[in-house]
Amino acid sequence: MPNTVSLKDISEKTPLFNREEEHNEKIPILDVQGLKKYYPVKKPFGQIRGEKRSVKAVDNVSFRLYEGETYGLVGESGCGKSTIGRTLLRLIEPTAGKAIYKNKDLFELTGENLREVRQELQMVFQDPYSSLNPRKRIGQTLEEPLTIHSIGTKKERTEIVMEILNKVGMQTDHYYRFPHELSGGQRQRIGLARSLVVNPKIIIADEPVSALDVSIQSQVINLLQELQEDLQLTYLFIAHDISIVRYISDRIGVMYLGNLVEEAPADSLLATPLHPYTQALLSAVPLPNPLVKKERIILKGEIPSPLSPPPGCVFHTRCPSAMNVCKMEAPEKKEMSSNHFVSCHLYR
Amino acid sequence: MQEQPLLDVKELKTHFHTERGRMTAVDGISFQVNVGEIVGVVGESGCGKSVTSQSILRLLDEKNTAAYEGEILFKGTNLLKLSDSEMRNIRGNDIAMIFQDPLSSLNPVYTIGYQIAETILLHQDVSKKEAYARAVEMLRITGIPAPEKRVNEFPHQLSGGMQQRVMIAIALSCLPQLLIADEPTTALDVTIQAQIIELIEELNRKHGMGVLFITHDLGVVAELCTRVVVMYLGQIVEEATVEDLFTQPLHPYTKGLMKSIPHLDGDKSEKLHVIKGMVPTLNNVPKGCRFAPRCLYADELCLEKAPDLTEYRKGQKVRCWHAERIVLEEEGQYA
Repeated sequence: MPNTVSLKDISEKTPLFNREEEHNEKIPILDVQGLKKYYPVKKPFGQIRGEKRSVKAVDNVSFRLYEGETYGLVGESGCGKSTIGRTLLRLIEPTAGKAIYKNKDLFELTGENLREVRQELQMVFQDPYSSLNPRKRIGQTLEEPLTIHSIGTKKERTEIVMEILNKVGMQTDHYYRFPHELSGGQRQRIGLARSLVVNPKIIIADEPVSALDVSIQSQVINLLQELQEDLQLTYLFIAHDISIVRYISDRIGVMYLGNLVEEAPADSLLATPLHPYTQALLSAVPLPNPLVKKERIILKGEIPSPLSPPPGCVFHTRCPSAMNVCKMEAPEKKEMSSNHFVSCHLYR
Repeated sequence: MQEQPLLDVKELKTHFHTERGRMTAVDGISFQVNVGEIVGVVGESGCGKSVTSQSILRLLDEKNTAAYEGEILFKGTNLLKLSDSEMRNIRGNDIAMIFQDPLSSLNPVYTIGYQIAETILLHQDVSKKEAYARAVEMLRITGIPAPEKRVNEFPHQLSGGMQQRVMIAIALSCLPQLLIADEPTTALDVTIQAQIIELIEELNRKHGMGVLFITHDLGVVAELCTRVVVMYLGQIVEEATVEDLFTQPLHPYTKGLMKSIPHLDGDKSEKLHVIKGMVPTLNNVPKGCRFAPRCLYADELCLEKAPDLTEYRKGQKVRCWHAERIVLEEEGQYA
């Protein structure tokens, strides 16, 4: 692990540099570099000869999470945003790349070390119906992570769980309930409680509110924000609804077909979206205001198959301003204004 | 000149007989859809919006569980009085419906061409060949590229957006006068949703087709609909033109809904509005106003006596005892 050593070296040898540049050059809590996830595809008779094909679910994605912030990942179905969340927790094994957390590469950890780190990175899933065991009481579900990480005695565990239940706005008597007795919003609170019970640093929330009704959605979003303040949490917030992502996130990454096409502070992204895909995505969001008639950019066609992503820029097949160069070369990531990155040939 | 509305629902009630007794999912709703109009029905899960749409086409199981009361007048004919075969003539021909999940609404073992032609052959006196030609034409209208090729494909070969286009093609194949769309874009991505909304708008403009659009997404309503009906727990709580509804919502529930969605251009530092509590179950309907237990303005009157849907101003109806007081209070706040 040469990289981990060098990172550590830098921070130890040049403490002055860090202090001075603290506002711009904070040390990220999680540094994802060149993450790739390819799924091999077999032909009907297995792979005998010919070119090996693969679905490029995530292709060379790099981003950083800073402590206490919310990083939103948006994109349409199949863009690879959930895959990123899952590979970070090693629920899916990555094909290549690094994820540096506390000077350790998450992708190289095994066994006991991995388990230790997982305590600090937790996940909240989309569907609160299928992610809770229907045969277990809420209390049992919530105590399980504590048992796995051997935290506290049995009595202490119960106390921790009661406290967490309280924190997510549930009553202590929910400890003895079964999931079917709870509503969707309550279940999602339990899903959140389960991730919080081991006192994590980073929460990866994969579409945590998209299965909920509007009025319940706002309850859960508010709760997420309160908890972040209380517990100094860092969120990786994965969702397809850009209004919600924009509301909750400090910085936003926009994904398309396995690539991070634009990354910017939330306000900057909304005010000046640079990538044509981001522009189209934003214009497609229906505004709840009938008096505003805006120009919708209607993208033609559908997302190409990740099995054979188009050469050059992955978006060029649907891009309203595609040029010749887009078909040949993949664009480089460029910083257009402070922390606003875009990968597009329109900007050079 | 009072034109006859295309669809006139009068005091419709839909009951279900269940193990836990009779549940009234839709409880006395009345609304109209005029020719060429797009009416939105909004509400959260369990408010009865889908049951309403299914009741209009009488898709619920009348033999065993469902029972209707009231009238559903389609161009003056009461649909609830029609025989099964008369009803079959109307379904898919005069009134068509598109559903939320296109993949489970299409038959996986038939080509999409067959499924579109099936509807045409059923309702119109044409040859098989003509029906297939019409199917290709419908696919072209709904914006499917290379329709001659696609017509022979199976549903699983198409993406979600394409499947929804096929559903729309089937629904429109007999040029219905009324289209009922039950959350047609909920399962789709925003860029595909924008394409489908555009398509429905265009068909409405070109053919003057009336649309009843059921959704939970206020953004879609604002873009597409001309008039909106807001439902809560089986009742209409507010009805208004889309402009009135968004500029001056009257019912506390409508207000709450509007405030609880994060806006793209809203203030991020402000907390999202929360409607406290949750929707009660149907076997546990509150005694007075159904929204009272969750309402910020509720008082004893609300808990005791249910308000009627009354006209507050021209074109805007609300089911609330305190609509006037709330409006005055808010004006006072801003003055």
